[in-house]
Amino acid sequence: MSAHEYDHAHSSHGVLRFLTAGSVDDGKSTLIGRILYDSKAVLADQVQSLERAKHKRTEAGVLDLSLLTDGLEAEREQGITIDVAYRYFSTGSRKFIVADAPGHEQYTRNMVTAASTADAIVVLIDPTRVKIENGVAELLSQTRRHSAIAGLLGIRHLIVAINKMDRMDFDEDVFIGIRDAYVELARRLSLPEPVFVPVSALEGDNVVEQSERMPWYRGPALLEHLERLPAGRAGMHGPCRFVVQRVQRVYGAETAAGSAVDGLRGLQGFVASGTLCVGDTVQVLPAGLTVTVRSISLYETELSQAAAGQSVTVTLNENVDASRGDVLASGTQPTSARQLIADICWLDTDAMNPSKKYWLKLGARTVQARVQGVDDKLDLAGVRRVPHDQPFTLNEIGQLRIALAQPVPCALFTEDASLGRFILIDAFSNQTAAAGLIRTAS
Amino acid sequence: MVNQWGYVIMTAFAERQRAGQRRRLARCRPPVVTDGSDMTIRTLDQTHLDWLEAESIYILREVAAEFEKAALLFSAGKDSCVVLHLALKAFRPEKLPFPLLHVDTGHNFPEVIDFRNRRIAGLGERLVVAAVEESIRRGTVSLPHPLASRNAAQAVTLLEAIEEHGFDALLGGARRDEEKARAKERIFSHRDAFGQWDPRNQRPELWNLYNTKLHKGENMRVFPISNWTELDVWQYIERENIPLPPIYYAHERQVIPRRGLLVPVTPITPPEEGEAIVTRSVRFRTVGDISCTCPVASTARTIDAIIAETALTEITERGATRMDDQTSEASMERRKKEGYF
Repeated sequence: MSAHEYDHAHSSHGVLRFLTAGSVDDGKSTLIGRILYDSKAVLADQVQSLERAKHKRTEAGVLDLSLLTDGLEAEREQGITIDVAYRYFSTGSRKFIVADAPGHEQYTRNMVTAASTADAIVVLIDPTRVKIENGVAELLSQTRRHSAIAGLLGIRHLIVAINKMDRMDFDEDVFIGIRDAYVELARRLSLPEPVFVPVSALEGDNVVEQSERMPWYRGPALLEHLERLPAGRAGMHGPCRFVVQRVQRVYGAETAAGSAVDGLRGLQGFVASGTLCVGDTVQVLPAGLTVTVRSISLYETELSQAAAGQSVTVTLNENVDASRGDVLASGTQPTSARQLIADICWLDTDAMNPSKKYWLKLGARTVQARVQGVDDKLDLAGVRRVPHDQPFTLNEIGQLRIALAQPVPCALFTEDASLGRFILIDAFSNQTAAAGLIRTAS
Repeated sequence: MVNQWGYVIMTAFAERQRAGQRRRLARCRPPVVTDGSDMTIRTLDQTHLDWLEAESIYILREVAAEFEKAALLFSAGKDSCVVLHLALKAFRPEKLPFPLLHVDTGHNFPEVIDFRNRRIAGLGERLVVAAVEESIRRGTVSLPHPLASRNAAQAVTLLEAIEEHGFDALLGGARRDEEKARAKERIFSHRDAFGQWDPRNQRPELWNLYNTKLHKGENMRVFPISNWTELDVWQYIERENIPLPPIYYAHERQVIPRRGLLVPVTPITPPEEGEAIVTRSVRFRTVGDISCTCPVASTARTIDAIIAETALTEITERGATRMDDQTSEASMERRKKEGYF
């Protein structure tokens, strides 16, 4: 099997979720519009509505493809993207969910929203706005910010699309200068190895079809890269973790005969990682009791096992007290922790406040939390962590210490993504205040 | 069969649905697909449907666990039939942990109401009906003329029902691929005490960790099938053998061709002067208020045929069928800001 065939075989299962990121006006919405249009995912009435759209930014007769995803009135008026739009399309070999994320710093939290569920990120760069001196390119601050967020959230695949090549005379030197600068950025942020594609979203070069105007570029077009990326679901191979969302209520006569045998309560939940099998010996965390899995079912179907990502109902051999937020675990045990050190991205316009009460939601468990201290913050200009002790403000990234009111079953993000991440909610305003990845738990 | 309005209805599929025993889903698939090289497109679609189903069930269970008083919006349209089926898969053998809520415009296709009543009675679940007619009587809805579309008025009736019953979460069957404002909405979409959606200030939504916290009087709209496309919905209906109102399948109906749409002939949508009535083979792609829902020309009398048509269609679901969405570029967004689904 050649490398290409191998890639292809592995890409032929599963939807690929990706987002476009980068600074304002780097052409993210236009790129997605171009992918949708050229892969025939835009239907006739949508083209018609593009033709008669009020806020077109293109010349007469040319479609403004960015309007395919900029669906809000305010976005169309201002010609910007404010919030994420999700679009669905498929090619011969796979289905895609694409998220068009906003470029403005003000709307970074919406970009974080899109990035959190993405398998891949396409970072767009507009070379007309990158200063290149003596062959060294200086990338925009939003390019650095979005790349840092992608790295923080552990997005596995990174493609850098150097856009607007039509306005740079399709010059290879421009491509090389920006590529080299980005390779350095990726190294400093410990990002996955990036793939580079020179494109013109406006004119369609190297987006869906390979361009003849850049013969120096021999790689595939952007969409082909996306079709070939492996999509293997996260957590398939880890130790087994089943998160209890809810305990079935059994109402005697009202209950149809079935899974809730002998009055044992069904635990409704999902497999966060690994595979859960009937007969497995598991621990109920945080209590630590050892029990055996009696049955796994989905509706009327009895299953012998369930894998990461599946929603099922589980009964145990022993009638133990398991409730929402508990985790059934086998293999290496996750820790139950009350102290976390985490990398966070602050998402709220209200700054972090150590005397405030926050809720921490992790898995299916929500507990009270106090934010105790800031260790460091990411300095975007120098692309490095610097020691810091001031509270986080909107869009800042850095390391935070958190104390929890009760022990929570959790994991390090690098070892088990699904139990290694959390959100903080401001207990007064109810706003989602931060997204966090656990680095140390005790 | 000819009903009281004089349209001819082909009932082959209604009959098939009644006669067809619910297939017991005895599939037990291998949990991990490590090598896709021998997978056909068919199994690819199955894997995709399994993934969508698991996500939706997860969301339904989060709602049941985290809210005090949720309700599932049920119009008997295909999307709400899919959400209802997902809820059964999430919670059976217990009864659903929330009632079904129909915001009834009073302008219904009789086949749909008939289906709604039979379906819910068969399941033994509780239905709450919030009628636009009641809001008109209370004076909270006033229409420009008696036959005007009641679609937008549903927002008022819905908000009244939320207040009357104290609902804090409403599950809906909206999908992001339907419409450009819906493409922007969170799965857990926060509404203020006036029921308003603020598209410029949505809460961040990270991974599958949904922030369900509300202040008193606020509510959450939750869309478990946000990530499904029209094609996914039809493939899932086929796979799971989900019952639907018969008008989703092709049947002969009297219609008026008007501005590219086929307007059904009903007492609420009579022909305008000089318009000709024709009989066509049609099916509905969406089912809503009669005054703004049109069928499409189709001979698809089976799910297979509908799936084939859906895969090849040139026009979006709402573009082909909705009179109200065509009035302005942002009609859906404006309705949502006022509390619409």
